[in-house]
Amino acid sequence: MSFDSFSEFLAMGGHGLYVWSSYALGLAVMLGCVLSPILTRKRLITEQQRRLRREEETSS
Amino acid sequence: MPRWFYQLASPRWCYQITGRLLPGFAIAALLLLMIGTVWGLAFAPPDYQQGNSFRIIYLHVPTAYMAQSIYLTMAIAGAIGLIWKMKVADMVAKSCAPIGAALAVLALATGAIWGKPTWGSWWVWDARLTSMLILLFLYLGVIALNSAIESESTAAQSTAVLALVGLVNIPIIKYSVDWWNTLHQPATFKVTEKPAMPPEMWIPLLIMVIGFYCFFAVVLMLRLRNEILHRERRTSWVRELLLQMRG
Repeated sequence: MSFDSFSEFLAMGGHGLYVWSSYALGLAVMLGCVLSPILTRKRLITEQQRRLRREEETSS
Repeated sequence: MPRWFYQLASPRWCYQITGRLLPGFAIAALLLLMIGTVWGLAFAPPDYQQGNSFRIIYLHVPTAYMAQSIYLTMAIAGAIGLIWKMKVADMVAKSCAPIGAALAVLALATGAIWGKPTWGSWWVWDARLTSMLILLFLYLGVIALNSAIESESTAAQSTAVLALVGLVNIPIIKYSVDWWNTLHQPATFKVTEKPAMPPEMWIPLLIMVIGFYCFFAVVLMLRLRNEILHRERRTSWVRELLLQMRG
């Protein structure tokens, strides 16, 4: 462990704002990268299933 | 051409294999990134000059590497699509652009945040910074071109050409710190030399780099699968898949 206490860890020797804002931004961008295609997949599947159902109704 | 090359060309096969590979890569990415972050933030020793602000390196260097590696992946996939008219390669190239753009933004932003306490400025027109900004613009150009052209095959061809022309920027980024010796510090890892930092500093960095490669693989596969589902929506195998999901 490079720090003696949790408050020192948060302070990062006076550079806390820079370090923590970098990592917060990193987490946000990476979550966005993962969530965006997952939501797109959900939307794609609902759309296509709706289309399938429509086709079944018109053919029967 | 070997058999796997033809298999790669089949969207259905790609959809199935990525489905099987995804969980492993997701777990590896999560573990490596968590270990690397905790190690880098809490256990690595502070830098003797920069103190604790240097810990931004564990995010900045991997994202900058990825922005360039993803560009290379995009250009190679684009070239394969151009030469062999392989649809899956076009889809890979298209899927790469938004991921690369996001990581280029992250590399530039963490660099700016790191620059403030270290150089006293958020931004300088240093060669490394400028060439990275051009990389981001290349990604944005590819994304814009892709969405501007209606026909999928024309869009793929044009973006592949743009990506290949932009490839000239990659060696400029790499050697910018050697050719123009300005503010940005030289490379952390070199193939021929031992890193200038102690192992307890560079091992977590290496873990983060590998973690980010796995992360890229995960997001690329997620995007590629969506692209396949969308373009193959009229085929019988996607129809069967949809029927199975309905249960």
